[in-house]
Amino acid sequence: MKKLINDPADVVVDALRGMAAAHPELRVDSDNRVVLRGDAPVRGKVGLVSGGGSGHEPMHAGFVGPGMLDAACAGEVFTSPVPDQVVAATRGVDGGAGVLHIVKNYTGDVMNFEMAAELVAAESDTEVVAVVTDDDVAVQDSLYTAGRRGVGVTVLVEKLAGAAAEEGRPLAEVAEVARRVNAAGRSMGMALTSCTVPAAGRPTFDLPEDEMEIGIGIHGEPGRRRVPLAPAREIAEMLVEPVLADLDFTGGDGVIAFVNGMGATPLLELYLMYAEVAAVLEKAGVGIARTLVGSYMTSLDMAGCSVTLLEADDELLRLWDAPVRTPALRWGA
Amino acid sequence: MADPVDTAALTAWVGEFARLVHEQRDELTALDAAIGDADHGANLDRGLTAAVSALDAEPPADPAAALKTVATTLIRTVGGASGPLYGTFFLRAAGALGGVTDPTHHGTALAAAFRAGYDGVVARGKAEPGDKTMLDALGPACDALDRALADGEPLDEALRAAARAAADGRDATVPMVARKGRASYLGERSAGHQDPGATSAALLVQAAATALTGRG
Repeated sequence: MKKLINDPADVVVDALRGMAAAHPELRVDSDNRVVLRGDAPVRGKVGLVSGGGSGHEPMHAGFVGPGMLDAACAGEVFTSPVPDQVVAATRGVDGGAGVLHIVKNYTGDVMNFEMAAELVAAESDTEVVAVVTDDDVAVQDSLYTAGRRGVGVTVLVEKLAGAAAEEGRPLAEVAEVARRVNAAGRSMGMALTSCTVPAAGRPTFDLPEDEMEIGIGIHGEPGRRRVPLAPAREIAEMLVEPVLADLDFTGGDGVIAFVNGMGATPLLELYLMYAEVAAVLEKAGVGIARTLVGSYMTSLDMAGCSVTLLEADDELLRLWDAPVRTPALRWGA
Repeated sequence: MADPVDTAALTAWVGEFARLVHEQRDELTALDAAIGDADHGANLDRGLTAAVSALDAEPPADPAAALKTVATTLIRTVGGASGPLYGTFFLRAAGALGGVTDPTHHGTALAAAFRAGYDGVVARGKAEPGDKTMLDALGPACDALDRALADGEPLDEALRAAARAAADGRDATVPMVARKGRASYLGERSAGHQDPGATSAALLVQAAATALTGRG
């Protein structure tokens, strides 16, 4: 598999070097592999820290900036950051109003963020609250499993909680916004191809030309089932129906509909998918209040997409429309 | 003959574990690719290489310090789930060794360290036996070690029994449906694959049987 890399072992460090060069408004702590707002810590503002394995770009470092995250920790490819990184990020964004950790529900991410929060608590009086995202309806939720994965809704949590923090709201309220968004959002993804982890050098799984995986996550892990390839309108149904079956989206002020590319799918196909998703939603009586279409949470070079729906209300729509200025998401500012 | 739980012996154990993981790095990654995210071999190899360097750079004062260095290095460098889990194993094992003063009880001390490490992994990962995780190799190894020592077997033989139990436990993960970790997202599709975490955990016990035996 051909890649634009120097050495598989240096992919993350080299990419962070590029981010630092391309975005002088950000500060890159290359020792700790943390990307911070240039003006962090912002006095009196709740600091938002997220992070996770690399390979999901632009998530998370691409969402650092006014109106969204204060810092993002970059782990190895598909591997959560280590506690030291999260501690460094937390210290770096603590403006005196506490720090919110936004953690995707994966065993490793949760453990490393927990260990970091314990270390911060042992060494300082910085208040840390963690919100774990778990919106993937492909995974059965149960007491006996690792629970649902945190996927697309994470991007929406980072935007909406980021806007709440930017308004100067206290930690408890910012955390509540994040929890509320997670609780009101659901996602489902699919893959047309696997992805290739640079250190592995070959695709994580083989997928024949005429088949696709339904219910994938964002780490190249196979999905819940493998089915014959189908037209986009049928794929839209396969993604939207389980989401609607899991949560009633017909009330409220409409949804924020997010069609996300997995990394190797062109925007042409994503907009085509959005049209099909919108048609399925219309038929189901679900109103659309806002949209986001693009590759915001990827799985390296996987082809495919995910659909995330978030039931919105006036407050969430106001926070959605609030200015944001990050490398990957930017409006109103 | 040296004491099997002295600093040099434990350093040799970690060195042997690192060697085995490095040698089987691609196999571990391939197992992980089937039901996880294809990074177990690379991550553990990176962490153990760092742990061996750390032991080399600053020789630890006592057995507990040696394992503590390994623990903090793994937690600092591996990430994912295996960093905190293996880190916790060595941290708790170090804690159990901290009180060892009488070298005539090294067998039971080592067994207690293994057990403490196992309990730490249970607490950190919130998994249970049968969830298709590293516990399915570590648990049988702890049981076999305890049983062999209670039966009056010499430590060499007890460690070999533990290594066999770990390998059997690893093999027994094949038909299991994963309930924890990334493989759990596959549900029934995780059955039929050997668990990469149980595979590396079996290497940890195999390394102990190789490095800690023949010492007295």
